[in-house]
Amino acid sequence: MSASSLQNGGNSGSPSPKVRDTSFKARAIRDLKRNYEIYLILVPVIVFYLIFSYAPMGGLAIAFQDWRPGRAMFGEGARWVGLKHFKDFFGSYYFVRVLRNTVTISVSSLAFGFPAPIILALMLNELKSKYYARAVQTVVYLPHFISMVVLCGMINLFVRDNGVITQVLGFFGFPKQNMLLNPDLFVPIYVISGIWSGVGWGSIIYLAALSGVDQQLYEAAEIDGAGKWMQTIHITLPCIVPTIIIQFIMRTGQILSVGQEKIILLYNETIYDKADVISSFVYRKGLLESNWSYSTAVGLFNSVINFALVTVVNKISSTVSETSLW
Amino acid sequence: MAQNKNKIKISPAERAFDIFNVLFMFFLCIIMIYPFFYVVVASISEPAKLMAHDGLLLAPQGLSGGAYSSVLKNPRVWTGYGNTIFYVIVGTTFNIIMTVLCAYGLSRKGLMFNRIVTIMVVFTMYFSGGMVPSFLVVRGLGLYNSRLALIIPGAISTFNMIIMRTAMAGVPDSLEESARLEGASHLQVLFKIMIPVTMPTIAVLILYYGVGHWNSWFSASIYLKDPSKYPLQLYLRQILIQSQMSDMNQASASEDQALLAETIKYATIIVATVPILVLYPFLQKYFVKGVMVGSLKG
Repeated sequence: MSASSLQNGGNSGSPSPKVRDTSFKARAIRDLKRNYEIYLILVPVIVFYLIFSYAPMGGLAIAFQDWRPGRAMFGEGARWVGLKHFKDFFGSYYFVRVLRNTVTISVSSLAFGFPAPIILALMLNELKSKYYARAVQTVVYLPHFISMVVLCGMINLFVRDNGVITQVLGFFGFPKQNMLLNPDLFVPIYVISGIWSGVGWGSIIYLAALSGVDQQLYEAAEIDGAGKWMQTIHITLPCIVPTIIIQFIMRTGQILSVGQEKIILLYNETIYDKADVISSFVYRKGLLESNWSYSTAVGLFNSVINFALVTVVNKISSTVSETSLW
Repeated sequence: MAQNKNKIKISPAERAFDIFNVLFMFFLCIIMIYPFFYVVVASISEPAKLMAHDGLLLAPQGLSGGAYSSVLKNPRVWTGYGNTIFYVIVGTTFNIIMTVLCAYGLSRKGLMFNRIVTIMVVFTMYFSGGMVPSFLVVRGLGLYNSRLALIIPGAISTFNMIIMRTAMAGVPDSLEESARLEGASHLQVLFKIMIPVTMPTIAVLILYYGVGHWNSWFSASIYLKDPSKYPLQLYLRQILIQSQMSDMNQASASEDQALLAETIKYATIIVATVPILVLYPFLQKYFVKGVMVGSLKG
């Protein structure tokens, strides 16, 4: 809304006989008086967000300082060092490593993990027996609820040198090894376990889109002699394309945000070279090695890039599909 | 085929696809279930026979309850269970109170400052101070090694709050207006009208937050020092993942114990996951409903 439309609304919109004070201050006071109860309800919420979301944003200042516990963050005593930590990071061997690993892991997850739920949803949709379909759904959603610790614990047990997956692969000639000690196997393990735990849950949104497809379209197509396959290509797919596009765009916005939890649970020093991502690096440098300022700088770099990506992607999304995040 | 005369003929290719589809889905279910089956079977096997076995397990290798009895005798498992139940109940209650307050406030129309508060809240979904500054704030508040560190900092998931706000905004204005005309305060409107009407959505959020607390371990690992406050997942991590790491480096003391330690891992997974597995079939439809609600206003 532009400023001029606001003014017009204020001048001509109110037919009240008394001249009302329409200054911002007066309107604000009236609004607070009338709605004070709602604002009181919001006070704890606002305090919560200020403390736990906005205070840490203020704390980002230490990315530009040599901060350590006991030293002031603002005002006197703060030791500002400008972009030193950023330069250190960009110039270090770790920069290329964590950036490369983050991109590799998330692009692989996207390439294999993104189509999987779509295919699953399409296949579930084709099942003739709705009871069977529902039973399959119940089973495939289940892994989503398993905790990350249990998921990674099971991976750990299954892929070590005498683990069941290693043994089964052994029948096909794979070497007997602890697969988590082999750097080249980390990304496949990460991606495949991600698909296992997420494919069913991810299919829900596509199933919802599929259930919204107008059944008359299929009847019309049948009368025209289109077979099942033609119906899938020409009716089903086009109807869920908007959902697919939105989901894809959102995933692209998160291409540089690989969460640290699964990484930390799966990796070990032997495979840092292929498994360490930005978030796990921030965790190790900051929380384990107390390198507060440096790791805050790395985290800030990541946050800024992520924010920029989401903004760009949202712009694209609102142009392509009129669906925008904000 | 005679009875299908009115319908279009099913071509052999389509029939082949249908059969393939049914079989493929069956195969997929096996892939989803088998890891759990394996864990159950391994947990009740005799440790030595289990270790000697090669390849897929289809039945227990011998029968032994040793792993379970040692898991259930372990006081740390019970401490973890108790702590987790505490975090789930107290944490989820606090989550719901804060989320409902926030959603109610932000779903009211015609307030001058709601837009700015909404922007302030939604912005946090896209940008945050990050791991280290958040840690420093929580520690600065004196919450380090306090159970409250697992309850207060994550009180509102903004995504869940938006689901709640959408539900509240969808309640017909007339309900609130008539109550207001009769002199009800906003708090009365909230408790007498909005909460009962949006109860199905609140139930979904209780499940989301509850499972979140049950499964959470990361905040506990950075904020808690005292093992007596550890949730179950953190203890699980110690025996499933950290012990794994040390196994690689050192040979264990006694062979019998080392073998038992293996089946104990499987038994602990089961003990920690049983509540979810038992409740899941009954709650599945609510979870699914949550995805639908969330996707409407994604």
